[in-house]
Amino acid sequence: MAPVADDTAPPTLEGPWTLDERVQIRPERFGGLLYHFGTRQLSFVKAPDLLAVVRLLVECPTVDDALDKAEIPAERRPAIVGALVALAASGMIQPRIPAGKPS
Amino acid sequence: MKLVDEFQLGLEAPICLTWELTYACNLECVHCLSSSGRRDPNELSTEECKAIIDELERMQVFYVNIGGGEPTVRRDFWELVDYATAHHVGVKFSTNGSKITLDVARRLAASDYVDVQISLDGATPDVNDPIRGEGTFDMAMTAMDNLKAAGVENFKISVVTTRENIGQLDRFKAIADHYKAQLRITRLRPSGRAVDVWDDLHPTADQQRELYDWLMANGENVLTGDSFFHLAAFGDPLAGLNLCGAGRVVCLIDPVGDVYACPFTIHDEFLAGNVRSPGGFEQVWKHSELFESLRVPLAPLEGGACSSCDAFDTCRGGCMAAKFFTGLPLDGPDPECVKGYGETALVAAGSGAGAAGVPRPSVDHSKPVPVMMGRQSRQTRPDRACDESPLAGFEPAVRP
Repeated sequence: MAPVADDTAPPTLEGPWTLDERVQIRPERFGGLLYHFGTRQLSFVKAPDLLAVVRLLVECPTVDDALDKAEIPAERRPAIVGALVALAASGMIQPRIPAGKPS
Repeated sequence: MKLVDEFQLGLEAPICLTWELTYACNLECVHCLSSSGRRDPNELSTEECKAIIDELERMQVFYVNIGGGEPTVRRDFWELVDYATAHHVGVKFSTNGSKITLDVARRLAASDYVDVQISLDGATPDVNDPIRGEGTFDMAMTAMDNLKAAGVENFKISVVTTRENIGQLDRFKAIADHYKAQLRITRLRPSGRAVDVWDDLHPTADQQRELYDWLMANGENVLTGDSFFHLAAFGDPLAGLNLCGAGRVVCLIDPVGDVYACPFTIHDEFLAGNVRSPGGFEQVWKHSELFESLRVPLAPLEGGACSSCDAFDTCRGGCMAAKFFTGLPLDGPDPECVKGYGETALVAAGSGAGAAGVPRPSVDHSKPVPVMMGRQSRQTRPDRACDESPLAGFEPAVRP
């Protein structure tokens, strides 16, 4: 089931996700910066593996697939998912409507 | 490693880049950080500015803080703003409000990527105007009325904290709330023309405590430009990064393309290079000797009271510019050290902003004072007794 974009519901990470189209990634030594041109919000991503997962979201059907593809070990996954939830809450990443499905 | 320690080592590109577009200004604020007044004949051209924007886009500098002088007096100001936002470089510009007509306000309301910041240094004309000039309070309020009428919300009201206005913090907040604007308060540094008024205008020790308490109680929605990290030594750190970002996460590009470590360090000592030289801004940011020398882990300070102070980890030695322009060593305490070590050091050295032998800004574009004969040299000192000065007749304290 595709996640429902509802501002009042806590974000869940079901279904496909992607970086918001107004967000740019700037790589840094320690990871990178995300900047949202719409909200003018800057987020610091201190973990290169988290950044790798964020980049992979767009080409993966689920968050789990992105975690697999980035070869994130099981014990590291709760921290990565927690960070993704925070990025979802601030609008940096968005549920992706799969191609071909009505929005 | 903590994020603040990562930042200490420098970023691939600045995240807070101040770009002063012109030294020209229609005002003569007594505390102007860039000693502005007259346009520099060597000012960057429109094409040179656009080339810098192209470079900032490549480096992913997501937004710039444009100032001056009064940036809106440049004839190509809106052309440059439009060029920047079209190239993924968002703009926040500081203005005294003189050019924010209703038409301009409507234009701002239509843009997602342009943010405006109105300078105001008193919540009443009797406090504001002696600093910024006669009639400037009303001018700023008119600008804000126009922004409100055009439906611009969340613009910034920028206040430099002084001995005269610390008691008005609640009133500033009320003004911001009235306009649905965001209050931004920053620290007065002894930079630019402020070198001559800092002694009399910087907050007293008691006022620093008052400011700290107010920020702890109201700081949630108040911006500070991370400028009060020296107050962290009172106890809990304030919101923000709490580090000196000079040459590490921030820098200044001045109107002639000179790159300084921060907007408050217009002095040869902190000049990293010029954007007109080969390699442009990126070369200066990434490889200048000065910036590389700043990007080292914060070591415990060797000299003075800081070396044995338990607050050093929170205040991190304070502000480089404040030390430099008061004649204090950079490895010693901040002149406004809340433990009192700065005041002690100033007295011991017979030093202070504007005192004999203490550095002054290397560049001064203050308007010339009326002269009886001869020509005014370009790098003149502002005349404290200038008739047009809002502080005419005002004499800085005499030092022993």
